[in-house]
Amino acid sequence: MTDKAGIISIRNVTKRFGSIAAVDAVSLDIVEGEFFALLGPSGCGKTTLLRMLAGFEIASDGEIEIAGIPMLGVDPNRRPVNMVFQSYAVFPHMTVARNVGYGLRVTGVPTPEIETRVREALALVKLDGFEERMPSQLSGGQRQRVALARALVKRPKVLLLDEPLSALDAKLREAMQIELVRLQKSVGITFVIVTHDQDEALSMANRIAVMDAGRVRQVATPAELYEFPNCRFVAGFIGKMNLFEGKVSGSDSGRILVDIAGLGRIAVPYAGNASGDIGVAIRPEKLRLDRSEPEGQRIRLRGRVTEVAYYGDESHVYLQNATGVSVVANVPNAARSAAPAINLGDELWLSWEPGDTLVLNE
Amino acid sequence: MHVVFAVNFIFLYFPILALIAFSFNDSKRNITWQGFTLKYYAKAFHNASLQDAFLNSLIIASISTVVSTILGTMLGLTLHRYRFPGKAAFDGWIHLPIVIPEICMGVAMLAFFAWVHIPLGLTTVTISHIAFSVPFVAVVIRARMAGFDESLEEASRDLGASQWQTFWNVTFPYLVPGAVAGGLLALSLSLDDFVITFFTSGPGSTTFPIKIYSMVRFSVTPEVNAASTMLILLTLTLTVIAMTIQARSTKSQS
Repeated sequence: MTDKAGIISIRNVTKRFGSIAAVDAVSLDIVEGEFFALLGPSGCGKTTLLRMLAGFEIASDGEIEIAGIPMLGVDPNRRPVNMVFQSYAVFPHMTVARNVGYGLRVTGVPTPEIETRVREALALVKLDGFEERMPSQLSGGQRQRVALARALVKRPKVLLLDEPLSALDAKLREAMQIELVRLQKSVGITFVIVTHDQDEALSMANRIAVMDAGRVRQVATPAELYEFPNCRFVAGFIGKMNLFEGKVSGSDSGRILVDIAGLGRIAVPYAGNASGDIGVAIRPEKLRLDRSEPEGQRIRLRGRVTEVAYYGDESHVYLQNATGVSVVANVPNAARSAAPAINLGDELWLSWEPGDTLVLNE
Repeated sequence: MHVVFAVNFIFLYFPILALIAFSFNDSKRNITWQGFTLKYYAKAFHNASLQDAFLNSLIIASISTVVSTILGTMLGLTLHRYRFPGKAAFDGWIHLPIVIPEICMGVAMLAFFAWVHIPLGLTTVTISHIAFSVPFVAVVIRARMAGFDESLEEASRDLGASQWQTFWNVTFPYLVPGAVAGGLLALSLSLDDFVITFFTSGPGSTTFPIKIYSMVRFSVTPEVNAASTMLILLTLTLTVIAMTIQARSTKSQS
């Protein structure tokens, strides 16, 4: 993907509403043909940023270029992007075919061409045969497909999707996630999706920008974000973690020594400079539970099981040591058995590889 | 519940039913039933001054309906969409003609026309009718637009439509039922307005309600009843038509 050109370039873009900066000096490059996600909690500015790409909001400061053309002063109807709205915004008084053909009709595309392209677009979203239906006769999922077809039929350079799955129920949402990825691969158009759902972003996107309070905190691939978060916010927002507050007491050859209340001194590999108060975190699925003390370099603690939450595929085991430090470990239920492998009150060893430790000094 | 229903029904419809029944009464005075006849309908039809009044009413009502529907729709849309300094005050002001006593409105209109030296006639009546109908239309349009999803307009713009195309293809079809309802309200307001018309009409611009009133001043004859019944029929038909249009448009939309 690195050999492909940037399709969207966002340079120092700020959007102020009154005295509040909804988007604060954001710079981003989105590459042609990628599935890019803007992820963050509500109010982080992700939707405002998307609306600036579509032209519905004007940046207070900074520059946006799409396909090499500066977008300053370009109206929404003249931008090479199309949007799928959160509410789908399917025109209620038009049939499916007229909805999908709308963007071609208003721009003067000849009727025979409209008919062909509408048919193709409907086939693409698997809505063949729905041409003459009214939106009121469609389910939520079908209406969303209409919105998708209506945007894709315009052959945009970039497709913008604003929380497209939030109105669907859980089962349909997962099916649509796979569907969107398939669609994106088959049309080869750059997709930019806004979502507050980390699972959605992780499972669909090639790259994700995590936003918080108007700023981009980290831009990376899903795996990089999860395994190498650059700050506490990203680590906490994506996935679960056990976070310990510690103090750096020394360092030697690529390792730092951290004192953690209730755990003692641990040594973790860390390439950068760290001193003073830092956060040390470990993901629950990186933990291992043993009856006997583990061998080797593993960081360990001994504790008593205080709670077990059974989810079928895995169990979340809560362990507390003598000094009151509580840790949760995700244990896969790999063997088929109706009798629980771990019971309340069990005394167990919990350990992890030092290399799996996340050091969060921001 | 049945009692409440019955009482309301009697209060609402008995006078109207009596009015209609007595329009067929074969008697000069409308006190006792003397037998069935249609001669007062014929008489009312051939009453030249009643015809003139009816024609005047139709002219005034049609012009004021068209103009106030257009103006009211524009006003309602503007108030729905834009924010401007003094909007709250303006919003309050346009409701004034709705809440202000009609008699005051009539006097005010009369004073205004006298001040700008417009002779009273069809024009002044029409202008007054437009003036009091516009707020009603605007209120109906605002109510309709309150349920409008703004992202429909954004979607239209996003798909390449100009603002003008967006208005005609997306916004206008949505507000049509509101405009029809508002226009109908304006039509019936204009057709049966008495007080304001009374103040602003001049020679030759007598409307149907005013004519009926002047006929009643002599005596309540079955002819008056016949004329009133025709007015009822007319407004009833208009309402049914409008309701059908509205029902059809909502059915195709939701």
